[in-house]
Amino acid sequence: MTSIQSTARKRSTPTRPGDRIFRGTSIAAALTILATLAGVALFLTIEGIPGVLASPDEVKHGTTFIDYVVPLVFGTLLAAVLALALAIPVAIGVALYISHYAPRRLASTLGYIIDLLAAVPSVVYGVWGISFLATALVPVYSWLERTLGFIPLFAGPPSATGRTILTASIVLAVMVLPVITALCREIFLQTPRLHEEAALALGATRWEMARLAIFPYARSGIISASMLGLGRALGETMAVAMVLSASGVITFNLISSTNPSTIAANIALTFNEATGLTVNALIASGLVLFLITFLVNFAARAIVERRKDFSGAN
Amino acid sequence: MAKSIDVSDLNIYYGDFLAVEGVTIPVAARSVTAFIGPSGCGKSTFLRSLNRMHEVIRGARVDGKVLVDGQDLYADDMDPVNVRRMIGMVFQRPNPFPTMSIAENVLAGQKLNSKRMKKSEADDIVERSLRSAGLWNEVKDRLDRPGSGLSGGQQQRLCIARAIATQPEILLMDEPCSALDPISTSVIEDLIHELKKDYTIVIVTHNMQQAARVSDTTAFFNLAGVGQPGRLVEHGPTEKMFSNPEDPATEAYIQGRFG
Ligand SMILES: Nc1ncnc2c1ncn2[C@@H]1O[C@H](COP(=O)(O)OP(=O)(O)O)[C@@H](O)[C@H]1O
Ligand SMILES: [Mg+2]
Repeated sequence: MTSIQSTARKRSTPTRPGDRIFRGTSIAAALTILATLAGVALFLTIEGIPGVLASPDEVKHGTTFIDYVVPLVFGTLLAAVLALALAIPVAIGVALYISHYAPRRLASTLGYIIDLLAAVPSVVYGVWGISFLATALVPVYSWLERTLGFIPLFAGPPSATGRTILTASIVLAVMVLPVITALCREIFLQTPRLHEEAALALGATRWEMARLAIFPYARSGIISASMLGLGRALGETMAVAMVLSASGVITFNLISSTNPSTIAANIALTFNEATGLTVNALIASGLVLFLITFLVNFAARAIVERRKDFSGAN
Repeated sequence: MAKSIDVSDLNIYYGDFLAVEGVTIPVAARSVTAFIGPSGCGKSTFLRSLNRMHEVIRGARVDGKVLVDGQDLYADDMDPVNVRRMIGMVFQRPNPFPTMSIAENVLAGQKLNSKRMKKSEADDIVERSLRSAGLWNEVKDRLDRPGSGLSGGQQQRLCIARAIATQPEILLMDEPCSALDPISTSVIEDLIHELKKDYTIVIVTHNMQQAARVSDTTAFFNLAGVGQPGRLVEHGPTEKMFSNPEDPATEAYIQGRFG
């Protein structure tokens, strides 16, 4: 491969203008993306540093930046992780049903509905969460506290409004579900026929065929789809801001009325009234969110990379 | 182990399209039967109907009888999953599971049959199957490496090992050597000779010499014409089929005059 390329280069074959233009534009596009990312990071850093360094009496929240941001990071991660934990199994199940179980007609209808759901704006989910889901969940939460109260997650006392971190996570889960489902379905459909038949010929049931042939093949795709969902869940603002009644605590109690807020929702809710160094602190919290998203993506890549030999790409 | 097959009046359809018509053929236990014929005449289709792999294609169905030691594979109470566990299959293109190691590939079918297995038991199965498939010496030091890293011929033998790990009654092979070089091909032909002691083998091949070399019985399939269903023209002991066939079409095909 490399030797072919290098001899080609030595002979300096004339490049066609079409190739040159395409090469130029794609390099330009790549550089633009990098420059934008770097610009955003730079802006967040420069504007954020004064907020990080500000003393408690200079900002509205009245604490050091660390004390301010840690509960937000906690809330952000908790809500996003819960949302994914709820969404991923459902998404995989629905995607598998559409790709391998449902009759063709039903499958395409379902696929279409899922694609539509992915396009619903988040405010709509927020309104649904606050006006329907939260109230509907109030009795569920008191039941959870009564029967599973010994688990710290459901220690209670249950919120009277239902606007808890669990409700917010469920709304987030519903929001990320279509994206993850749609991607998983595409990946499942691409499973090589060869491997599906290998499994079936060994006497696999359809579910065993999924485990032998589909899931291993789709593994890295499922991770990527989940990361995309996680990205959306981490950064989601409106739905969480509307649903969650937050009070800046750190707790794993999912059903009480005191809940941690998330970075994105907190920025949306407080940015308008903020002045001076408080603004800088909010920007710094934005930078933290930026970093979290980055780390999550790197982690996902590392996971995909680790079993590359076994990925089926060779 | 090793059962006989008795097919009578089997019609095989893809939706409304009748692909293979009226096949009646007995297959003796512990023998090698080769299916030959021009491409498109329904050899693969017929082979896949012998372990109910045909029906995994949307709209595909059969009517007629396939008896394995007297038991009808298409009886109402017959679960296709059990049929496939009893009748192993090797495909034209080697298809080891790419995400699994060599050992895991061999054990894939076993894990479906019995969930819990002791480590020593599993190791025994891996060694026994890979030895039967003539692959043990080449891979014994890298059992935990991915199966997709092997050469084509090795991958195909891995697939054979995987198919025989569960000790099926019958082994179906659909042109198992057509994607392989001559050396790998002859390794697999030797293997078929070995396996014949324990299994009933049915092999599709487009290679006349191969049919002559490996099989006891040969069946010739042909198309009556374009758009017509494939038919079993004749079958008989391989020697007779190659020296003195009854049907002129068989003779023409074997002598390379068409197809
Ligand atoms: N998946 C399928 N769907 C519809 N028709 C098929 C399918 N597979 C094969 N056929 C048709 O069935 C006939 C027999 O094909 P096949 O069994 O593959 O022949 P052979 O293996 O002898 O070359 C051909 O006419 C082919 O077009
Ligand atoms: Mg074929």
